[in-house]
Amino acid sequence: MKNKILLFGIILFLSFCFVILFKSLNNSNVYVPKTVSEKTLVNFNSKDFFSEVEISSNEIFFGKEFYILNIWSSWCLPCREEHPQLLQLSKNSSVKLIGLNYKDNPKNAKKFIDTLGNPYSIIIIDEKGTISIELGAYGVPETYIINKDKKIIKKFAGPLNDKSVKEINLILK
Amino acid sequence: MLAHQIGYYSLILGFFFSILIIPVSIKNFNNKNKVIDNKVFSISFFQFFFVLVSFFGLILSFVNSDFGNETVFNNSHTTKPLFYKISGTWGNHEGSLLLWLLVLTLFIFIFLIKSNSQPKKYRILTLLFQQVIIIGFFLFLLKTSNPFNYFFPVPKEGLGLNPILQDPALAIHPPILYLGYVGSSIIFSASLAAVVAKHISTVWAKHIKLWIFVSWIFLTFGIMLGSIWAYYELGWGGFWFWDPVENVSLMPWFCLTALLHCILVLEKRSTLSSWTIILSIATFMLSMSGTFLVRSGILNSVHTFANDPERGIFILIFLFMLILFSLVIFFVFHKENDQKIVKINWLSKEASILFNNWFLMYFLSVVLIGTVYPIFLEVLSSEKISVGPPFYHKLIVPFLIPFLLFMSIGPNLNWIKSKIKKVRIKIIILFLISLLLSLLISKKIGSVNLINIVLISAAFYLFFITVKDFFSKKFKNYSQKISHFGFSLLILSILLNSIFSSEVIINLKVGEKFSFKKESITFESIENTESKNYRSIIGHFKIEDKQKNSIQLKPELRIYDQPFTITSEADIKTTLYYDKFLVMNLVKGNEYFNVRYQFKPFMIWIWISTLLLGIGGMFSLFKRIYEK
Amino acid sequence: MKLQKIFLIIFFIFNFTQIHSVENNNELTHKISKNIRCLICQGQSVYDSQSDFALSMKLVIEKKLNEGLKEKEIYEYLIDQYGQWITYDPEFNQKTLILWALPILLFIIGGAIIFRKLIVLK
Repeated sequence: MKNKILLFGIILFLSFCFVILFKSLNNSNVYVPKTVSEKTLVNFNSKDFFSEVEISSNEIFFGKEFYILNIWSSWCLPCREEHPQLLQLSKNSSVKLIGLNYKDNPKNAKKFIDTLGNPYSIIIIDEKGTISIELGAYGVPETYIINKDKKIIKKFAGPLNDKSVKEINLILK
Repeated sequence: MLAHQIGYYSLILGFFFSILIIPVSIKNFNNKNKVIDNKVFSISFFQFFFVLVSFFGLILSFVNSDFGNETVFNNSHTTKPLFYKISGTWGNHEGSLLLWLLVLTLFIFIFLIKSNSQPKKYRILTLLFQQVIIIGFFLFLLKTSNPFNYFFPVPKEGLGLNPILQDPALAIHPPILYLGYVGSSIIFSASLAAVVAKHISTVWAKHIKLWIFVSWIFLTFGIMLGSIWAYYELGWGGFWFWDPVENVSLMPWFCLTALLHCILVLEKRSTLSSWTIILSIATFMLSMSGTFLVRSGILNSVHTFANDPERGIFILIFLFMLILFSLVIFFVFHKENDQKIVKINWLSKEASILFNNWFLMYFLSVVLIGTVYPIFLEVLSSEKISVGPPFYHKLIVPFLIPFLLFMSIGPNLNWIKSKIKKVRIKIIILFLISLLLSLLISKKIGSVNLINIVLISAAFYLFFITVKDFFSKKFKNYSQKISHFGFSLLILSILLNSIFSSEVIINLKVGEKFSFKKESITFESIENTESKNYRSIIGHFKIEDKQKNSIQLKPELRIYDQPFTITSEADIKTTLYYDKFLVMNLVKGNEYFNVRYQFKPFMIWIWISTLLLGIGGMFSLFKRIYEK
Repeated sequence: MKLQKIFLIIFFIFNFTQIHSVENNNELTHKISKNIRCLICQGQSVYDSQSDFALSMKLVIEKKLNEGLKEKEIYEYLIDQYGQWITYDPEFNQKTLILWALPILLFIIGGAIIFRKLIVLK
């Protein structure tokens, strides 16, 4: 009798394990960063891409309803893919599009912008990638939607597509 | 193309024989003969033979660079050296499964011909249970992971093998490891068969002990080879990362080591039979779970094969069916011995083996839970956590201390009962010396951590005891002495290595020199060369110590084309006392190179001691085979 | 012979002693980066990885150390940014209670079974 209870208990436990493992097989393995609710943008210092003048985030994130911070590089292929979307977003006058050039060669970056067009109101550089880390990003491309109180409303990891642009437009209203 | 065809049809034939053997052996089971019919042997042989031919068919497809074969296309390239074309056969998911199948069919055949002294019913049952596993693998292979998929038009070039996998140690690591895993399948089948045939006895214990040793030896060497490869090839100077795939090989090893000790108790005192069976089942289940975890894409690791949930589902179902199957058999057929319950005395070898099992099962549970918990947590609460070295160290290290101490007492106890001998002066001296050494070391490195002091003392003490036992006059139990000495040396080397290792990471340009505590590194020059399928940048470095003794180290950066990868090859100078390890990496866009220099004392003793650990086991094996 | 062996060991240990004094920032950076996962890699720590993320992360860790943050604070900072996933040392909280406690529990249960076996029929 005791044996039967033990057997039943083990089978119950194993069924539980089976279900969990089965479910986890269907889960994606890619880590999507959690959109941390309402985090405030940290202050940071950077340099303007063209003028090479030092500038702080306080000066950049000033005077607009919304800001879109886009982390990009010339060596990043998906950045190329999302560029049309960025150009589209730049047409919205209530938003300031800021480009953060990540670990890039200035010549290549300039070529990228010249060839594909410049959607950004301002481009700043993150030469060593440390600013991106302090922002909680981990790759390129990544896009942050920030409101006038410097709170991060939404974060997109990976290239923007039509769906994400729709979402952004909804937020910007 | 021909090799491919032969490979494919041989596989089908092998599958046919694997099914055919079932009715034939059941018939043999039921008849009155005391011996196994020759037909059974032949079919088992043919099953193995055709899988072998199939395996050769795949190897030849690789050697001939037959890129119409999907597996060859995905994993090989015309510029690959011949040796690595061959080893590429088993360096991928499909090929490695074919290797599993090869060893499964080989081992059951060997089991059949080597088990003549055992009762017929038991042998047939072992065969039948093993066939369940074999057929499962055949189905898995043919349905989800066929190494013989062909497509037209035949591509002219393949997608290439990962250059990191082009290494001699890694070439033989899978076969050796699989011999260990698959060996445990025989133990599994044989144990279940012994339960059903009511053949659990000293005779059975003596017979199965051989298989346990074989499996254990291969698993030990397999793990060792994997670590050696990681150390020499991966370029970070580490040899164990508590990576899920590494853990997956360690878990059956804990189980198998426990089983190895347990079977001795079964043989000598006819007790612990239930626990032995449970361990046998658990070992193989862990091997199978390991296969599942590694190949299903469920884990995030450097070592995983390509992700494929379909394969994962198949293995998962197969695994749980096997577990259910073995549980049912165990509960239905196993009756604890009605004979007098064997009393185990506190001060006996059986008790110390119980303690050994107790601790090994604890270590097993730490590794198992650490590896698998993130999966459960994520499904249940959508939260992702990482479990890595800090977790394992925190939970294992404190328990290592009593384990080491028990190990210094246990092997010297007698079976049944030991008298409490007078503690000899020698033992006390050794104990005090261990303590003293440990305190000296702690003082020198400037960290006085109680756990570390005790741990180091325990490691030294065990080391001294095993050395003392080794040189004692008694000639029996050489294998145990060697293995235990190997183990104590392993723990000691790992400890001392981790305490006294130091490293320096700097960016250097050609011509620059960096001096630190005891040595200096000079980046002398760069050499560019070309090899068969890569270009290389070799850095010439001079390491000089305070006494002006210098050595040259030449780490290499290899730039492969198919696929485009840059790998870093460390240069390591190995002596008996230390390893000097140097690796360099490109710093993007600069003439600087990021240089990592590590000074690692006693490194080679880690390998030597693991070798000794396995050799001790081999001694035991040869002794039994010789006795027969 | 045994005594000789012992002396040899002591001799070598003195020769290879390195003084691990108070860890400087450089060593601390390495120590911390060994415990931080490289988020864009397949199962590598920031210390082991040569990816952009890892290299930048190492710089950030160094920067924070130079700003005066303690080791523990840096872990907290990174966990705050990236979640528990980034550290290899899982925090001991409600969610990880089973993770940390279950092995110990099993150890105790195992011990109980063994002691029962040894004590029975005394």
